[in-house]
Amino acid sequence: MAGNAKYQPGDRVRIRVGVPPTHFRTPEYVQGKQGRIETLWGAFPNPESLAYGGDGLPAQPLYQIEFAQTDLWENYKGAATDTLLIDIYEHWLENI
Amino acid sequence: MAENGHNPGHEDGHGHGENAEYYSLRAEAMQALLIEKGVCTLDDILTMADKIDSRSPEDGAKVLAHAWVDPEYKKRLLADAESALLELGYDLPETAPKLTVLENSDEVHNMAVCTLCSCYPRSIIGRPPAWYKGLAYRSKVVVDPRGVLREFGTELDDSVQVRVIDSSADFRYLILPKRPAGTEGMSEEELAKLITQESMIGVAQALSPESVRAG
Repeated sequence: MAGNAKYQPGDRVRIRVGVPPTHFRTPEYVQGKQGRIETLWGAFPNPESLAYGGDGLPAQPLYQIEFAQTDLWENYKGAATDTLLIDIYEHWLENI
Repeated sequence: MAENGHNPGHEDGHGHGENAEYYSLRAEAMQALLIEKGVCTLDDILTMADKIDSRSPEDGAKVLAHAWVDPEYKKRLLADAESALLELGYDLPETAPKLTVLENSDEVHNMAVCTLCSCYPRSIIGRPPAWYKGLAYRSKVVVDPRGVLREFGTELDDSVQVRVIDSSADFRYLILPKRPAGTEGMSEEELAKLITQESMIGVAQALSPESVRAG
């Protein structure tokens, strides 16, 4: 199903920056940030198409990505090992 | 946030209280449109609402308590939550988002949020509490998870890794809280009473056996 996935667990990626005038599920606080692929979930219909009555195809590989909290926030108050996980579709990822 | 730490979403104007009438009218209008345009039937909507309302935190607690007492079941639950739930008679609706269980331990503490809306493992623990949908929780937990934990009465040592999971897509996350100390002799039924809704979201630990006895 996810045979065409561009990335594998362990790869480091950057989240694309963008605010398309449509429904999208990539929160702005992770945009432009670098993280590591934790899990490749498989391919899922694209919510940006589904939200407007489309068929969601082609399905997009979906990845669980882990960020160091200190990479997300300049003045992060917790421990240096704290992380944040979020699921992001492949078309929002770019190579570092 | 609320001073008692248990209602950190109520002051954010999420739509409860004074806006209730507006949101109720909007929901009715949307329902009428969905039916008129043939997207779904009234029956579909009522069936789905019944499905969600038939689940409650007690269902999740029952499953997670079973995972506490049966290590082999826990492995299956963490590897493939949907099949493991089916073993206990919980057949999730086909239309429900995928479900994954994350385990809290002495080393890692997971906590779940949906910063974009209110994604939640409804298919197994029902509707989320109001604060979970509120802007206060959703915006604070990703920036200052340990601060949110403190508001819920949970202080974690810096040696414990805190992992916030933002459910932003097709997966929903149920947290398996750490089994409290002093629970060795307890039955599965007694253990389930220690597993609260807050602990399955990850903003709190499971209750201690002492607090339940005292209560």
